[in-house]
This record gives sequence, structure tokens and C-alpha cells, in this order.
Amino acid sequence: MTETDVKVVYKRPLGFTDRTTHYCPGCTHGVAHRLIAEVLEEMGELNNTIGVAPVGCAVFAYNYFNFDFVEAAHGRAPAMATGIKRTLPNKIVFTYQGDGDLASMGMGEIVAAAARGEHFTVIFINNTNYGMTGGQMAPTTLPGQKTSSSPLGRDVETQGYPIRTAELLATLDGAAFVARRSLHDARSIRNAKRAIRTAFEAQKQGLGFSMIELLSICPTNWGLKPAAARTWLAEHMLPYYPVGDFKVSTAVSEMKIGGN
Amino acid sequence: MPPKGWVEINELYCKACETCVTDCPTQTLALDMSRLTVKGYHPAHMLHPENCIACGTCAVVCPDAAITVFRGVRPGDEKGGEAA
Amino acid sequence: MALELIKGNIAVAEAAMRAGLVSYFGYPITPQTELLEHLSARMPELGRAFVQAESELGAINMVYGAACTGLRAMTSSSSPGISLMQEGLSYLAGTELPAVIVDVVRGGPGLGNIAPSQADYTQVVHGGGHGEYHLIVLAPASVQEAVDLTTMAFDIAEKYRMVVCLLLDGFIGQMMEPVELPEFKPVRTTPPAWAIGSPDSKGQVVLTSINIDPPTQERFNVKMMTRWQEVEKNEVRYKGYFLDDAEYVVIGYGTAGRISLSAVRAAREQGLKIGLVRPISLSPFPAKVVDELADRVKGFLVVEMSNGQMLDDIISIVARRVPVEFYGRMGGMVPYPDEISNAISALVNGKHDVNIDARAEWLAGLRELVGTGE
Repeated sequence: MTETDVKVVYKRPLGFTDRTTHYCPGCTHGVAHRLIAEVLEEMGELNNTIGVAPVGCAVFAYNYFNFDFVEAAHGRAPAMATGIKRTLPNKIVFTYQGDGDLASMGMGEIVAAAARGEHFTVIFINNTNYGMTGGQMAPTTLPGQKTSSSPLGRDVETQGYPIRTAELLATLDGAAFVARRSLHDARSIRNAKRAIRTAFEAQKQGLGFSMIELLSICPTNWGLKPAAARTWLAEHMLPYYPVGDFKVSTAVSEMKIGGN
Repeated sequence: MPPKGWVEINELYCKACETCVTDCPTQTLALDMSRLTVKGYHPAHMLHPENCIACGTCAVVCPDAAITVFRGVRPGDEKGGEAA
Repeated sequence: MALELIKGNIAVAEAAMRAGLVSYFGYPITPQTELLEHLSARMPELGRAFVQAESELGAINMVYGAACTGLRAMTSSSSPGISLMQEGLSYLAGTELPAVIVDVVRGGPGLGNIAPSQADYTQVVHGGGHGEYHLIVLAPASVQEAVDLTTMAFDIAEKYRMVVCLLLDGFIGQMMEPVELPEFKPVRTTPPAWAIGSPDSKGQVVLTSINIDPPTQERFNVKMMTRWQEVEKNEVRYKGYFLDDAEYVVIGYGTAGRISLSAVRAAREQGLKIGLVRPISLSPFPAKVVDELADRVKGFLVVEMSNGQMLDDIISIVARRVPVEFYGRMGGMVPYPDEISNAISALVNGKHDVNIDARAEWLAGLRELVGTGE
């Protein structure tokens, strides 16, 4: 064999800067970032994309991608993305939001954007707690789950029930593609990437609003090692938040995806 | 037979989360407890390079895009099996 | 060009389009709604962006996104809606973005009413949002002036990369007056080099208001304050009437300034040497002219359709050199010229006490006039 037979199977995506992330060891934010960068690279859209960062752990997301980025106020990323996409309709625009940002503070903005069928993509990280502020209860916190603001476990009598965001947004006619995926193992991650690709393709082809909810781990605030956290996700989150496609418009289902 | 491929782990990015170690289907990887990265982590490395099948699982699950996966024979590795 | 009879809100909307507005985002609220309605038809007609947002929070954050492209973006609302927009205004300022907002002020607080008011002076001039920042605030007193200031607002916003607020009261928004609309300006559709999506930027553009490192945030704030000094130097606007020989000067802006002018003219007819300063830029405030007048006149009367929000600024400029008195109506009530004439008489014939508590004196009189509702 010669060197020319060597093939690079996997490498750091071109859409990344060379900075190390501030995320905790094992945190799946990094996986979600990588999938976005890989999809945009494969689509040839790296130089045509504008990201909208949230308030939350991903507040500095723009340090890790090398294309244009803006930083929204807490929960308002869908409104900001609306302003950008309506002004520059030929750009690929996406928001990257956590569960506190999207499903609590910004529920009004996300529902309205989906209902209007805004032509941008939302990457929604569901890790069942507020990571950046130290693990408080989120709208996605599971019944009985202990967090720093539900120390006895989420009591649904007084603290209500979790929000299944993908199912909720899927009811809206403006949504073209809404799916939930998980990032807890390699097979799930590969599936997540395919869904992210479909979402961005739907945007590129002008088919409407798209959102991918990604089940993620928060080892630090869950008090678990990364491997145990991934097991916890599989055992506790998957039953409550099943993966699947909750809205696939006819146009999206008939969509042809080129390349990979 | 030389192994089917190899991985390179960029120690600038590796945070020793062990996800690649746990998920490697051929038990190729381990944390290198004899060394620390500049950030103070024991980096992942190929403990059993002879096992690598270049499946890319480690890179797919890596949260820090620290892993490059090569398929083929690493230059100087033609006889196979030895750690570099 | 011929004069056309147009309602203030619609004139401002049309002027914004002619100034090259690319993206408009708004939410219906009286007495501003005609502005949004006009643009809902006109913007799509010309292939420009119009979105009726889910809320004023949504609208201002859409402006925030659109402003990141460096292209001309605007929203409009009325007082309760502007309260909701304060978050976005702080972020826009913290990201150094140009944008134009129109506030057609109504009576408050709370839901209040839909009658004309000037009670948003404090929240737009002194900033209702968090952190250190300024808006440039322009207050027209006629529909024509509203049109002219709208055109200018976009240029100033871009020059300083700041938010310009057109502060209209409900009168200016709802009144029909003959106006001359400007010609259509060419529309810029390519983002400038500092903006996102620009073909001219060198490398990645990140627009954010976060400065997690306090020394960096302080340096940024120093830069913004220094830029504000430039604004104060270049962008002060006011109109002076009968100031040359004035012994007493009335100060009022917008509709209050316009009604005051009637009272001042009436006083002149009676031989009283009364002048008028009508601030057009409320921020930066025309402090210098007031300061200079304070050295040579015998007293001031501040007139507002509020509880004396500008009054506090005048008191601090005059610094007890001469008496400053106040007359205002609140809650959507508008002063008649003869009420102002009476206040002028009281000033001219009064005790000339620089230590007078102008607001307390005024409030005592108003309590007599309208009661307390108890």
C-alpha cells in the first residue's frame, strides 16, 4: 500500500474555528455544533450562512463557527432571525437555542415564527435544565427530576408539566419540517445529522419553517459522568421525548437532497 | 495484517470525556493516564492501535471535534500492529 | 411638488419608504396603527419586507436582526408598546446598530388611553432600558416636520450607528396637514462591510452586545459615550421664536410647543416680551441655548403634556439663576392656549423666586382645576 491509498474518513469541519469550546467535557453542545458545520459544509453554504446565538450555554457559539453570527436577547432569536431572513432572503439563517431560551422565555417568538412559516431553521437543544445558570428547572425538566430549583424533584402539581416542543410546533401549518433526534450515541447522532440536513435543505428550497429538537446531556448539572449521563438520557428522556419526525410537509417529503 | 486505519486525537481539543473510549466498538482507545494536556486533561489515545477498523464512531460521538480518522495504512506502519 | 393633505402617521410611513426603508416590523396599537397599515400595503408593493409581529417584543427584535444587516429598518408603536421594546433598544444600542423607531405617545401610565401625551419623554430620552446608552430623539411639531425628520432620522442613525426615535404625540400622528413628500431615494440592498451578510467584510462578522470581561465592557461604554459627545456637538436642533429681546422664555416641544407658540404670539400682541424655545432634538437636548438664555432672561415657563419630565432637565440647566415655572396637562389632556397664557401671566407677574418648587405649585393649581378623582 502507498500513502495515496489513505483516506480521511472524518475530520474537523471547515466551518469551525480553531478555538476550544468552553463546554464541559462530554457536553453534546459540541456534537450539535459539529453536525451543523458538517451539513453546511456538505451543502456548500458555509459562506452564505448567518447564525443566531441564544442566551444560555451556547451564548458564545459564534466563537466556534467561522461564518457570520449575531447574538440575540434571551428567547428572541426567532424574532431576530425573522428580521435577518426577511431582509436577506437568499442567506441561510438558523437559530441555536436551548430549552430555557426557546421553550420558556421565547415561546411566543418561536410559535409565532413557526406559524408564519419563516424560512429559517431552528436547532433546539433539550437537556432538561438551565445549564449556564447552574442547572435550574426548565420547561423541559422531567416530572420528578431534581434540579437546583426543584430540589425535591419537579412536582407537577405545583410546577406543571414538561413541554414537548417538537410535538407542539408540529401542529402549526407554517412548519414544514419538525423532528426530534438524540445525541446520546453514534447511531442517534448520524440520524440527527440527516434530520439537520433535511431541515437546512427545506430552508434552502424555500419550503418553510424547520426545527430539529436535539436531546442532549448536561453531565455537570445532572451530576453524572458523561457515559452515565448518556445512559440517563436514553432511560429517562427518550420515553418522555420520543425521537421521530413530527411534521413533514408534502413538499419536504418530496424534496430531493443532492450530495451525501 | 496491518490495521485498517488509525485516528489522530488533537490534544488541544480533547477534554478526556471518554465518550470515544466508551463507544469504540473495538476497544482501541483509552485515556493516556501518563500524560496531561495543556488544559490538564489525560487525553484519549490509541491504546490498541492494532484493533482500529477506521469506523469513525469515535469521531462521530466526539463533542469537541478533536478526532481525525484515517482509513488505510499509516506510513511506517506497513508491518502492522505496532503503536506509533 | 404639490402639497398633499395627509395624516401624520401615514406621512411618516410614506416618508420612511421614500428614505429607502428596506424592512419594517410592527404591531398594531392606537394611535399609531395607520403607520403600520400603510406600510402593510406599500412595502410588499415595492418588494420590501413587512412583518406584523406577534408583539412589540417580537417587532423590536426583528428590527434588531434586520439592523444587523446594516440596511434600513424601522418599527413604530405607542407608549405601552415602547415600554415592551426597551429590552431591544438596549440591545440595539449595545451592538451599535442603526435603526429608526417611531413612538406616537398616548396617555398613561398602564393601559391609560389613546389620547395625545408627551409622557414618554423620560423613557426614550433618559433610556427605559438597562445599561448606559442614549437614543437620539427627534420631536416634530407638525406633519411636515415629521416627514422631514423621518428622512433625516435614517441618515443620522447610520452616521452614528445609533437608534433614532421619532417622538410624536398622538396629535401629530392623527392630524391631517398639507405636506410635501420627498422624492424616492435609491435603496441600499447590499450590507455594508461591518454588517452580517456583507460581500465586503473581511472574515467573520459577529454582532453582539456581550462583553463578558468588565474592562472590555467599560472600554466599549467609553467609546459609546465619546461618540455621544460627537452627537451632542453635531445634532442639536431647536427652533427659537422671538428670542432676541425676550424677557421671559417658554420652552415646549411637539404639540405643546406648537400650542405654546399661539400663547406666545398672543402675549406679544399684548406687548409682553415673551420668547419660545421649541426643542426638536430632545436627545441631544438643546442645553446651550437654554443655558445662554438663563444668563439674560428673567424666567422660564416649561410647558409639557406630561408631569414635567423635560422640566427636570431645564431645572438642572438653569441651576436656579432665574425662576423656572411649569404648566402641564397629563393623561391625554392637552393644554389650551389660554391656559398657557395664564401661566405666562403668572410668571411675568409672579414672585420671581428661584427656589420655587415649580412642580408642586403647578400640581396645586391643577388639583384645584381638575380634582383628584377621589
